[in-house]
Amino acid sequence: MEKKSQLEDSENPPSGGRGAYLLHLADNALILGHRNSEWCGHGPVLEQDIAITNISLDLIGQARNFYQYAALLKADGSTEDTLAYLRDAHEFKNCLLVELPKGDWALTILRQFFFSNYQFLLYQQLQNSHPDSYRDEQIAAIAAKALKEVTYHLRWSSEWVIRLGDGTEESRRRIEKAVDELWPYTDELFLPASYEKEAGVDLSLLKEEWMKKVNQIFEEATLPSPQEEGLGVRSGGKQGNHSEHLDNILAELQFLQRAYPNSQW
Amino acid sequence: MVTEANISVARIWSLLENVTDPEVPALTVIDLGIVRDVILNSPPAGGDGGVEIIITPTYTGCPAMDMIATNIKMELLVNGFDKVKVTSVLTPVWTTDWMSEAGKQKLKEYGIAPPNPRQQVCNNDLFAPGEAVQCPHCNSYHTHRISEFGSTACKSLFQCDDCKEPFDYFKCH
Repeated sequence: MEKKSQLEDSENPPSGGRGAYLLHLADNALILGHRNSEWCGHGPVLEQDIAITNISLDLIGQARNFYQYAALLKADGSTEDTLAYLRDAHEFKNCLLVELPKGDWALTILRQFFFSNYQFLLYQQLQNSHPDSYRDEQIAAIAAKALKEVTYHLRWSSEWVIRLGDGTEESRRRIEKAVDELWPYTDELFLPASYEKEAGVDLSLLKEEWMKKVNQIFEEATLPSPQEEGLGVRSGGKQGNHSEHLDNILAELQFLQRAYPNSQW
Repeated sequence: MVTEANISVARIWSLLENVTDPEVPALTVIDLGIVRDVILNSPPAGGDGGVEIIITPTYTGCPAMDMIATNIKMELLVNGFDKVKVTSVLTPVWTTDWMSEAGKQKLKEYGIAPPNPRQQVCNNDLFAPGEAVQCPHCNSYHTHRISEFGSTACKSLFQCDDCKEPFDYFKCH
């Protein structure tokens, strides 16, 4: 029971739905940024190692902007650092997709393509904001700023999905396996949490556009269109119900601040 | 009208010419076009004599921005401005169009190809042919892109097909 009430609270922090929504946007970016950073020094070739770590940097930059704004709204002494380093797993609102282990290059590429495709459409909506809901200039500004970078991410990951799908027998085998592994996690992107409904983002519209892009790229990659049914749906991350993978990320990400509180460099 | 405040604002702008980008030291913050405004709260107008510098980040994740803000404060502090606030604003969104012509020239001399004057890359065309980027070493346009991500967030990697030198290109944004 106690856990349940905590979860409910974490959907409604003092700053209301907007605060929760900001944390959701920030957590998605931080966790995927952290996952991608695990490739640093391990990429298949130097140029692509640099590319994926550049994408990490962009994502962590986005996370900082959202955390800073969330901290400002909370006005309770929170900072971007306390929000990233001192919250527990159940308080994180990222989708399960971004916390999955980095897998092989095909899995990392496909996840980035799914996520960048989603972010590209979402940020386009956010930069114009919502006529029927609150207009938030700062969210619109962060989205507009990040959109230029996300455009690069989407193009780069789209090209790699095509290369792998339409590449060698081995690359194709790997990306097909990645599709089977990741597809069940894509639905969560479009299942609105209460704070997303409040933000006025039309996720159903996003899904249609998102699917169009997936089909376009998969066709070029000579990959079959992913089946909507049969693979199941994995969700709950947005509500704070995470897999054990998030615990592993946080153990590493938060170690320094947990072991040596308030340390700085 | 020349007033004390005007003189100070002009002086601050010229002091900012001394603050460089830690990752691309050939460029000052003025060359980069990231200083959007200098506001002086003059005592006669009820201000406290403090200075506010409005800057805008180049790239969302650029790790140089915190250091740039600190360097701006330091530069003004050692020149007698002791109440300095640096505020970062996101809109309007920074673009390489704001880079000064002098800045582009300095970049080229430093060995980095400056951004092309027209936005050519921010679209989703797959496998788009690389932009015509001029080699900063031998001026040839006979170059090709190795990777659109480079040593920092703002650069991509190119190689010259004539002099064979690899080089950084400050990509359009």
